This record gives sequence, C-alpha cells and structure tokens, in this order.
Amino acid sequence: MSIALDTRPSVRSGARAAQEAARKAPALLGKVLSAVLVLIAAASVTFFAQLLIPGDRATTILNLQTGRSQKWSAAELAPVNEKFGFDHPVLVQWLHYVGGLFQGDLGTSFTQYRPVTQVIGDQLLPSLVLTLSALVVAWLLALTITLLTVKRGRFVSGLGSSWEAVTASLPPYWVGVVLLVLFAVKWPIFPVIGGTDLWGTVLPVLTLAIPLAGFLGQVTRDEFEKVLDQPFVTTARTRGMSDTGVRLRHALRHSVLPAITLSGWALGALISGAVIAENIYGRPGIGQVLVTAVNTRDVPTVSGIVLVVAAVYVVANLLVDLAFRLVDPRLAVSKGGQR
Amino acid sequence: MSALTLPARPAIRFDLRARPGTVLALLVVAFLVLAALVPGLLTHRSPTAIDLQNNLAHPSWSHPFGTDDAGRDLYTRVVYGARESLGIGLGATALAMAVAILLGFTAGLAGGWVDVVITRALEVVFAFPVLLLALLLISIRGPSVGTVIVAVGLGSAPGYARMVRGQVRSVRQSGYVEAAGALGHRRTTVIRRHLFPNAIRPLVAVMTLGVGQSIVWASGLAFLGLGVSPPSSEWGALLDAGRQYITTSWWLEILPGLVIVLVALAVTSLGRTLQHRLEGAAR
Repeated sequence: MSIALDTRPSVRSGARAAQEAARKAPALLGKVLSAVLVLIAAASVTFFAQLLIPGDRATTILNLQTGRSQKWSAAELAPVNEKFGFDHPVLVQWLHYVGGLFQGDLGTSFTQYRPVTQVIGDQLLPSLVLTLSALVVAWLLALTITLLTVKRGRFVSGLGSSWEAVTASLPPYWVGVVLLVLFAVKWPIFPVIGGTDLWGTVLPVLTLAIPLAGFLGQVTRDEFEKVLDQPFVTTARTRGMSDTGVRLRHALRHSVLPAITLSGWALGALISGAVIAENIYGRPGIGQVLVTAVNTRDVPTVSGIVLVVAAVYVVANLLVDLAFRLVDPRLAVSKGGQR
Repeated sequence: MSALTLPARPAIRFDLRARPGTVLALLVVAFLVLAALVPGLLTHRSPTAIDLQNNLAHPSWSHPFGTDDAGRDLYTRVVYGARESLGIGLGATALAMAVAILLGFTAGLAGGWVDVVITRALEVVFAFPVLLLALLLISIRGPSVGTVIVAVGLGSAPGYARMVRGQVRSVRQSGYVEAAGALGHRRTTVIRRHLFPNAIRPLVAVMTLGVGQSIVWASGLAFLGLGVSPPSSEWGALLDAGRQYITTSWWLEILPGLVIVLVALAVTSLGRTLQHRLEGAAR
C-alpha cells in the first residue's frame, strides 16, 4: 500500500516547496551553464568544419557565384575576403563567429550573400511545428497501442510488440513514400504537395510519428511488463482496483519514464526525419533550404541550420530533465540535482 | 495473482518466438551476401540492359519488381546494388567502430581529465543528429561514396564510443581483472588478454545492428540526392532515381525501399538474438 502511494507527489506546504526550489537552483543553473558550453563547443565544431573546405574559401565563393571554376586575381578576392572576414587570423574569426551567435548572427551565406539567419528565417517555424506535432502524435499512438495490448494474452501482446518492432525500424523516407502513394496518389485524400496548412501536415506528421511511436512503444512496453509484476500492483489489485485503473493510475506513470528520457534524443531523430519528410512532400521548412544549401556547397547556411538544430536539441534535453522530475518526484528527493 | 506467476514467462516466450524470426532473418542476410558476392546467381539479366519498349512496366512474372524509365529490370538492379550498399554499411560501421574503440579505450583506461574531455566532446557531437552531421560533411567535401562512408561512420561513432567506454570501465572493475593485476601480470598483458576481448565482445551484436543502420542512413542521404548518385544501382541511388516517377510508378520507390527495410529488420533481429546469446553466455 505505502509503496503504491509513494509514487504520487506528496502535498507539500508552500514553505517546503520554496525551500526545495532554493536547494535545486544551483543544480539547475549548472545544467543551463553546461548546455551553453555544449553549444559553444558545437559552434566551434561547425566553425572548424568550415576551414576544411578544400582550397581557398574566397575563390570557392566567387566560383560558386559565377558558376565558373577559375583562378581569381588578388584584387577580385580582396572584397570577398573582407566581407567574410577571411583576412583576419583564424582565432579572431572563431571569436567573431562564436560571439556573433550570442547576437543571433550565424554568418553569411556563400551563395546568397545574405545573413544565414535571414535565409533560415521563417523556414524554422513550419519545421518545428512538424517536429513537435510528430512527437505528440507518436506519444499518443505509442501509449494507445501499449495500453491496449500489453499483457493481454499472448496473441494480442505479440501483435502489439511485432507492430512496434517493425515500425521502429522503418526509415522515414520509406514511410513517407508509402503514405504518399497510398493516401495522396491511389486514394487522393491528402495533397501530394503539402502546404503548411493542417490538411497538408497530416501525412508528414504521420511519416515521422509512426516509426517513433514504434520505438517509444517498445521501450514503454518493456517497462510496463516489469511494472505490472511489481508488488505494489498486486497490492492495488487486492485492494479491488480494476485492471484499467491499475494500468492508468500505477503502471503508466512508471513505464513512461524511460521513454520520456528518450524523447529528448528522439527530437534529433525527428528533425533528421523532418528534413526527409519536407523533401518528399515539398513542404516548406529547413529541410528544403538545407538540401539546397548542401547541393550548392553553401557551408555557412548548412552550419547555421545544424547549429540551430543542436540548440533545439540541447534545450529539449534540458526540458526533458525538468519533466522527468515532475513525473518522478523520487529523483528530486534521492539524487538532488545530479543526474 | 497472475502477477506472481508471470516473471518466468518472458524468457520462454522469447525462445518460442525468436526461432522462425531468426530463420527468416538469416535467409534475408544470406540473400544479401549472395547478391553482393555473386549477383549473377540470383538473376539472369544485366542491370544495365536497356529495353525502352518495356519502360516503367508494372511488376509482373518476368519483371518481379517492374522496370525503370529505361526499361531496366528493377529486381536485377536491386540485386546488383547489394554490393555497394553492403559495402557502404560495412565500411561506415568499421570506421565508426575504429573511432569508437580508440576513443572509448583511451577514455576508459586513462580516466581523469582525459576521460572528462573525451566524454564532454562526445556529448557535444551527440547534439548533432547523424543525418545533419553527414550533410555538413557532404556540403564541405561534395557527395561521393567515400564521403558518405565517412559521414555515416563519424556520425554514428559517438554512440559506440560511449558504449565502449562504459564497457571498459565495468570490465576494469571486475574480479578477474583485479585478480590478474594481483597475480603480477603486466598492465599491457592485462589489457590485451582480459580487458580488450571482454570489452569488445558485447559490441559484436551492436556492430550487426550498426551495419543495418548505416545502410538505412546512406540510402536516406542518396534519397535526398546527396549520396551515391543514380547511374549506380546502389539502393539509395535507386530511390533517388525513382523519385520523379512517384505519382505514376510506385514500384520504383516502394520496392527498393522494402528491400532496405527487410535487410534492416533482419539485421536488427539477428543483432538482438546475438545480444541475448552473448549476454546469456556471459552469465
């Protein structure tokens, strides 16, 4: 009985909560600081990656712009070197790049001659909408399937876990193509070229959500099976709690923990998938900009997008950390601020 | 009530279920290896034989996967593409493993600040999704088979490195390593005879999974037109070539994709089985 009750947050007095918040503050601050450090390091990675461009960068830029492949005179190279700051020592360029990030400056596009932030600009929102909706839909799918099939006899649970195992290893491009062929070409329910409206978003979201749901479901199911064997579940059952009640009130809360931790990671996978889904459905977003930029060897734009994605990933993991504490109060008590 | 009797069950069920699945997975892998080594055994056609009168033909008895825009038999192209796809998968995994073993062993053995630096650096690379890291590399070096192998390999290395480091640290603290040290064996001997084999063994299963993953990543890059390009019949390149016909000739995308999915599933399930076996043997 007491074990079962322990898993719920206790009612705390206001004073105790405040005290606790004060105790946790330094730990939180530490996490934020380390996140900032990771981002600076990530920026350094993309900066030094740009130095790996074969040959002289100013020449590369002029060649990209003119579509030629030739040598340029010093007089022609000078303005390019000045505009992109290539005439400074590498260390100064690095400081400038990292410093610029804090002012929302991601450098200048090689091919479009405008700030990368402008190039990415309003492409970011549709991609984030796609990614986050996919995360939500994946969770809903995973929870529904797991709750309905876990430990419901060999056949049903076998069906559930096979479905999860298969969908989890489906590459997003294949899911996208199959959905497109079935629901946009064969039965034209949804548009082939999706816009950013609701109707055009359904298939891209499903493209990302189906494989992720399989993955989250696998993790949740493993945990669910373990939890249903725990003594406190037996206790709850002997108290006369219904099977559905046990599943929803006790087992669910425990079994989502590992999948929540993985959601932060999943965001990275989702963004990769979004790049592919946006290209399949011709949906506006960073995916299209990114592929064009890679094709035209516009390294600063690619670096900029990669950095923004890294930032989203780092922030998401910070949030996951906080969410974890909300779902599992034991963590805040037993381990304090440390992971 | 039922909760008390259940714990013993999962192990039994696993055995019953794994067998047919494992056989199927082995068949798929055998087909893949055969296609990569002697593609001529699996098809009598040539992957480059053009037959314009039969272009974009639906799958049928004579062309089980249909034909492409130049009338080439898609099944034959898939069979002949296996070598390059498998090669990319193996190459990328080998590179990832080499990097991971180097970093993981250095961190796990050295400890101290070396460990801290490597662990932190891995954390930074983790912030980049594999596909995006690969795209960054491709934008710098231009798309080619070599770039794809390096991109996918480097992209997946951090995950393995973290695993190797964990293995090294846990093996280091195990009784037999301590005993070897107490017996007066030299440090290099202990590393070579005990640490290395025991830390590497669990990775065999992970490596199997890695090959499947790498094939999927590489074909994803090609699908975007940023990997191996169309004249080749590498599986991703087939997807890239078929994209423009998606609204009319579904088989050009779906069937090569299905082959990739089957290979990924087969390799994953074999890797899992192997993992269970190895873990079982260790206990």
